[in-house]
Amino acid sequence: MKFAVTVTLKKDVLDPQGKVVQNTLANMGMDKLKSIRQGKHFEIDIDEKNASSAEKKVNEMCKKLLVNLIIEDYKINKIE
Amino acid sequence: MKSSVIVFPGSNCDRDIAVALEKMQFKNQMVWHKETKLPKSDLIVIPGGFSYGDYLRSGAIAGKSLIIDEVIKAANSGCLILGICNGFQILTETGLLKGTLLRNKSLKFINKDVHIKVMNINTKFTNKYKSDQIIKMNIAHNEGNFFTDQKHLAELKEEKLIAFKYCETNGNIIEDSNPNGSLENIAGIFNNKKNILGMMPHPERMVDEMISNKDGINLFSSLLN
Repeated sequence: MKFAVTVTLKKDVLDPQGKVVQNTLANMGMDKLKSIRQGKHFEIDIDEKNASSAEKKVNEMCKKLLVNLIIEDYKINKIE
Repeated sequence: MKSSVIVFPGSNCDRDIAVALEKMQFKNQMVWHKETKLPKSDLIVIPGGFSYGDYLRSGAIAGKSLIIDEVIKAANSGCLILGICNGFQILTETGLLKGTLLRNKSLKFINKDVHIKVMNINTKFTNKYKSDQIIKMNIAHNEGNFFTDQKHLAELKEEKLIAFKYCETNGNIIEDSNPNGSLENIAGIFNNKKNILGMMPHPERMVDEMISNKDGINLFSSLLN
């Protein structure tokens, strides 16, 4: 079972990398651009048949290592 | 006084701190991160560097290494813990210190000597400094931008847990003297019991007039006091 985890900085945490990318795109003429937040993407393959217990394990991985809960938010999506 | 320096793959200030500790007459041992037992120590130092190449987040992988369980046990039983630079990042990842270190506001790696003010001299780490003393120390980091929630910030102030703040040569603590965007110019903090200090500046680089200055000496002599 495969999951995708997206980790981004929380809304009120400054994301200087996202800001630089945003400014660069704006300078390139992307004038409808409103904002960009940069993040991380993990693809996790887990040996588990039950979807809810698999998601529980992925959630535990996020909380224990993948995400710094002080500054980051995360989303888990089942992809396979 | 017995000290242990924890060494991770990618640590690069481990030998500098060992030289500083030995110069100050500590009986020091180096401890590889795969060890599961710590030698008896009065002080444990987590040195600077780029443990595990800063993969995932600075300090995140080192914060889960085998020896860290022993460091946490020692910390909880009152052992003195000093985390410098990457060591500070690792301590926040273990939860021994609250808050975190974000990427520098400028997005640049900063390596320069800065002035910092000693904010609390009533601790095991700072008792040889004078109150509000301004000292000059080297910083060398990419993620030194201290950040924490408002509740913890209030606690840091109320309990006098801020160890150092970036300041100007004359001691003024202003935005211009903040090299990395740290919350309220914070350069180092203590835990509640004040037996753990995490700091971004490098005291081990400031123990010899020949190569820098001696502004780091008092941190080590405070520990021996």
